[in-house]
Amino acid sequence: MDIKIANPVRPIYAPSGADDGRVIVNIGPSHPATHGTVQIITELDGERILRADVHCGYLHRGFEKECEAHTWHNLIPYVDRLNYCSGLINDFAYCQAVERLMGIEITPRTRILRTLLSEYSRIGDHITCVAAALMELGAMTAFLYLMTLRDYIWEHIADATGARVTYSYGRIGGLARDLPPGWLKRLEEVLVEYDTYIERIHGLMDRNRIYIDRMRRVGTLSQADAISYGCTGPMLRSTGLARDVRKDTPYLAYADLDFEVPTGILGDNYDRYVVRMREMDESVHMIRQLVDMLPEGPINVDDPRCVLPEKKLVYSEIESLITHFKLIIDGPRVPAGEVYAAQEGANGELGFYIVSTGEGQPWRVHCRAPSFVHMGVAHRMLQGGQLADLVPTFGSINMIGGECDR
Amino acid sequence: MDANLPERIRSRLTPEAPTLVVSHGMPVVELAPAQLSAAVRALRDEFGFDMLLDVTAVDWPGQALRFEVVYHLYSTRDFVRLRLKTRVAEADPVVDSLVPLYGSAAFMERECHDMFGIRFRGNDDLRPILLYEGFAGHPLRKDYPKLQEQPLVPYREA
Repeated sequence: MDIKIANPVRPIYAPSGADDGRVIVNIGPSHPATHGTVQIITELDGERILRADVHCGYLHRGFEKECEAHTWHNLIPYVDRLNYCSGLINDFAYCQAVERLMGIEITPRTRILRTLLSEYSRIGDHITCVAAALMELGAMTAFLYLMTLRDYIWEHIADATGARVTYSYGRIGGLARDLPPGWLKRLEEVLVEYDTYIERIHGLMDRNRIYIDRMRRVGTLSQADAISYGCTGPMLRSTGLARDVRKDTPYLAYADLDFEVPTGILGDNYDRYVVRMREMDESVHMIRQLVDMLPEGPINVDDPRCVLPEKKLVYSEIESLITHFKLIIDGPRVPAGEVYAAQEGANGELGFYIVSTGEGQPWRVHCRAPSFVHMGVAHRMLQGGQLADLVPTFGSINMIGGECDR
Repeated sequence: MDANLPERIRSRLTPEAPTLVVSHGMPVVELAPAQLSAAVRALRDEFGFDMLLDVTAVDWPGQALRFEVVYHLYSTRDFVRLRLKTRVAEADPVVDSLVPLYGSAAFMERECHDMFGIRFRGNDDLRPILLYEGFAGHPLRKDYPKLQEQPLVPYREA
């Protein structure tokens, strides 16, 4: 077959042709270390990266366009697929934005449950990031320990939500369902396992000479750059600035929780590893507090604008049947207006900017994706480094393709 | 948020951009494209909005100034978010780039250019970022059909 396929990207530089030892090396988009799909076109002098041109978009699937053609409720499954390592945080961030526009105050139980599940997801997400970054450096044992632990967590979340990765568990005004019996007992067991496994990772990695040599002062990001390039989450905190949406503009139950915001010193790969490991400990600390705070009560608000009536009533009275019908066909009526609501996602500030015209479908849904913003600064971290360090540096950014490319 | 902040911003940006409301706890400034750069510089240097969180746009077909370009700023000092909005016409969708002020503007403006065709004067790298070279049209405009396909690789015969 002789098919001419156009090049989907245009690099900013081409081989100069001069005999100056510079070569252009293309990495990705299908490369085992670019978890997700990202392409980095590098200009090398020997092993040193002179320039890097980062191309994302290979996973673009028109999330924002698709949202405009669905009701406010129907796009919750799409929201899950943004950061597919911590889908619950996406769910809750999106629901929070819609609820704010509708003026809904969620029930006390849902408030605590969402906080708890967000932190639980954060542990899963950080484990994924750290595990992948370690595996790429050859630390297979640490990778398998962490994957074991992540599987405990994901299977456990599946007990509550029905899925391991794409949960569709958030609902506008509440949650899909309450926790199953015995869930909290298993939670404590998993947290004990967490201690066991994470202790092994600390033992294997923290003072490992090879690991430190590969990570310390590699992929350094200055604090000024981090702010200018809009970095948030562990990226920003690794540079020593303790900024965290949970602390600075508290939402859900974070104002009532006791936790610290860990920071790094140099903003290098090792700091990002340490910040993530410390954040997981803080998350566990928060989860234990939240279990004690969890009140009994309903999980959905009593608001016919967005919450489906009970099945029993749908089958027995006409008003509930009509409400159910209207909510499914027309969608919840969200008052006209616009709102930007942010939550601390696992890798930074996850914001939803939504615009409503008062219809059952959104006029505009925009996701402020931390991964995408962080890709904008990746070249600053790669340039001047070694080609072999590209892989751990990229790994420590924790770019998630589904969220970056939307 | 400091209760006086909206008033201070309003008096600083007057008379060029006096439209300021507080919506869901967030100050929202509307201004003309010509005032954008100066206003953002003032917000960054005098009010501590040191982070550009987000650049996007909203399409309002049928209106004279069809595109609303929306910026979100954040102050890492005062923990305040602020929204900036400016309107441009379909015939000449150009606003000044914020790349000289914020590094993050480079990628976000590229995305906004991809999706809405807004041109950012001063951002000399507006190559496609989420889309690909040769992609025709701007998918987040309301008149772009959702189901339109532009395959790079031809479909195989069945």
